[in-house]
Amino acid sequence: MIIGQDALPATGALAVATLGMTMRFGGFTALDDVSISVPAGSFHALLGENGAGKSTLVKCMMGFYHATAGQMTVSGREVQVPDPRAAHALGLGMVYQHFTLVPSLTAAENLVISRRDTPAVIDWRRERVALAAFMDRMPFRVPLDQPVRALAAGEKQKLEILKQLYLGRRFLILDEPTSVLTPDEADEVLGHVRGLCAAGGITVLMITHKFREVTAFADAVSVLRRGRLVGQGRVSDLSHADMAAMMMGEARLPAPAARTGQPGATVLALTGARALDRSGLKEIAIDRLEVRAGEILGIAGISGNGQMELMEMLTGQRPLSAGAMTVRGRPYHATRAEERQMNIRYLPEEPLKNACAPRMSVAENIGFRSFDTRGGGTRFWLAPGALRRQAEALVAGFKVKTASLDAPIAALSGGNVQRAVLARELTGTVDLLVISNPCFGLDFTAVSDIRARIMAARNAGAAVLLMSEDLDEVLELADRVLVMSEGRITYETPAAGADIATIGHHMGGHA
Amino acid sequence: MTDLGLWAVPVAILGGAIRVSTPFLFVSLGEVLTERAGRINLGLEGTLVFGAMAGYAVAYESGSAWAGVLAAALAGVIFGLLHGLICSLPKVNDIAIGIALMLLGTGLAFFFGTPYVQPVAPRLPAIDLGFWSGIPQVQAALTVNVLFLVGIALALGMAWMLRATRIGLILRVVGDSTDAARAMGLRPNAIRIAATATGGAFAGVAGAYLSLFYPGAWSQGISSGQGLMAVALVIFARWNPLNCVWAALLFGGAGALGPALQSVGLSDGYYLYYAAPYVLTLGVLIATSSPNRATAGAPGELSITK
Repeated sequence: MIIGQDALPATGALAVATLGMTMRFGGFTALDDVSISVPAGSFHALLGENGAGKSTLVKCMMGFYHATAGQMTVSGREVQVPDPRAAHALGLGMVYQHFTLVPSLTAAENLVISRRDTPAVIDWRRERVALAAFMDRMPFRVPLDQPVRALAAGEKQKLEILKQLYLGRRFLILDEPTSVLTPDEADEVLGHVRGLCAAGGITVLMITHKFREVTAFADAVSVLRRGRLVGQGRVSDLSHADMAAMMMGEARLPAPAARTGQPGATVLALTGARALDRSGLKEIAIDRLEVRAGEILGIAGISGNGQMELMEMLTGQRPLSAGAMTVRGRPYHATRAEERQMNIRYLPEEPLKNACAPRMSVAENIGFRSFDTRGGGTRFWLAPGALRRQAEALVAGFKVKTASLDAPIAALSGGNVQRAVLARELTGTVDLLVISNPCFGLDFTAVSDIRARIMAARNAGAAVLLMSEDLDEVLELADRVLVMSEGRITYETPAAGADIATIGHHMGGHA
Repeated sequence: MTDLGLWAVPVAILGGAIRVSTPFLFVSLGEVLTERAGRINLGLEGTLVFGAMAGYAVAYESGSAWAGVLAAALAGVIFGLLHGLICSLPKVNDIAIGIALMLLGTGLAFFFGTPYVQPVAPRLPAIDLGFWSGIPQVQAALTVNVLFLVGIALALGMAWMLRATRIGLILRVVGDSTDAARAMGLRPNAIRIAATATGGAFAGVAGAYLSLFYPGAWSQGISSGQGLMAVALVIFARWNPLNCVWAALLFGGAGALGPALQSVGLSDGYYLYYAAPYVLTLGVLIATSSPNRATAGAPGELSITK
């Protein structure tokens, strides 16, 4: 399979390059003559919007797809990669966006079973010694004896990378490795990966949307747009604006809508609200929280500090053990009737899981708020024609990309599910909008589009409660910022003139 | 007969627990194996009844109780294979197929079993572990069938297999995440079929125990839902083979409560005591469920936990 004179180097980072890589699916060219070169021991970033061809390129490199044309070289020699096994044998490995670890197995079991030569009877004492020796050579470690289910997202991502190294891979492709991590976790993981590259142990090609990570960790960057390589260069020579220009091409981002109007009367108020957290051991305690009409109240915090539980309290998924929620002074229990009467809408995080019926069609999902209403009352027989026309209008208006209105909503990409749910929730009068992590894992255009819609709802007089783990997002959108830490609101400041360092201290629970 | 007074009740319950628990143990171990690979086989009740019939018939025709056990295990493998293969087809629900096979198994057993209601087949041998005692009740309680000991050995072996062998880890990978299994180059369906077939064999042996040792005759009411209770017992045992031993003994003891109380002359409302295992099943399921969290230890690919 290897055409060339010398054998590949036995250890250390591999240099990998593609030459004129082209991939056509029928008449559609997903990848058009892409040549990139990643020298041994370097950290290379691959930027591009959804559908730009990043995944197609790495799938060709890993042998999932057979490129229509083009070659690949490893350490300067041309190689053929008919399937992922051949890629693994060459020392190429990939860390996927979604975890491939087995949740109920411990970290040690996950590592040992992923090997190709696992013995029929596993001598755990010997494996443990070998694993300990392996861990000693690594810059970071994870607890080996806990089931993977119990690990935090950052630790799982570290374990995915450790698994690749344990399997002897020397060229790693990371597919949006930080999309499920908090900013701190992301920095830690990428810092270690960067260290491994600098030490000459591995070469990394990272698919990402995040400019900040490119600037902070990568040596060089390649930008794809519509299957073509549109820009390349050393990170030190490029600004964020340069990279954005390459990614976006001629397209213009919709500018964030300007803030207009003044906050009005209080819409949502929580007083002394208490509920148990996910573990059932600690308590979420919100003593006082008020959102007024025409303002966005942002709640910042590191994930796992009670934001998810607060969202569930507000959506009626988690019962309150004490305290009360009121909307415009009237008690509120998150029933469907109350939501309809008081014009309350939600955009929960992971909308596919929390706000959709995944296998029902796009049109049906868009109709969830209105399928049983007729004027002010309810209806018994559905009106399929009207539902369909409404869905058609909203899909066009919110630029939801879907093959058909009858496609199951689970078949849509993350950004399009988010747009579809937002289309449903922002239709009609909205007095209160409760949002959690609306832009998580979305690409550039989707993010600015969705933020603009949220701002527009605020300007139209809605009270907006925005929970986000992305501090930049909170600061960009919110009028007022609260910090949540260990299940409590610990800090409040107007967004204008907020001090990021102070907010950061409160987020970390150090104040 | 020595009069033990009220002591006769715990002694009889202990003896009953050992006698009655064996089928529970085998069926639940078989179900643990199947569920750890990610499938639920509710058809084990049918496998149990068919195994009881097949075991009894072959033991009677051949004159060897052990040949009967083997035949029952083979019948179980066939039912397991059938379940495994059908469930490997796209868009097939394992619970629905399980119920269908449960009805098929009992139906076939009644159909082929009618000629064997009268004849007497050889019984499985038992080991007399109560030889040291002079009390007949204790001796009777400690008359332990070989299959009970085999069941305990199987539970220990399975616990070891799931922890320290490649096949055990692969079984857990397949049961917990089909995607991860595929990424490793495993064939989840093949492994699930093998696990279901082996689980079926265990249930078949449980049936042979019923007809060849205790109660020791073939009749249509032989199982009275023990196969279904064993499936509930797997949840109670948290998919752990060693817990299955304790759970099976507990259920066996509950099943022996009625006869034990009757033996000391307490016969008022004894039908209520006969209901003890069923009440226990219900109680256990309610006590170990929670509206707020998924059942701990459940394999991730089970259709009821997904």
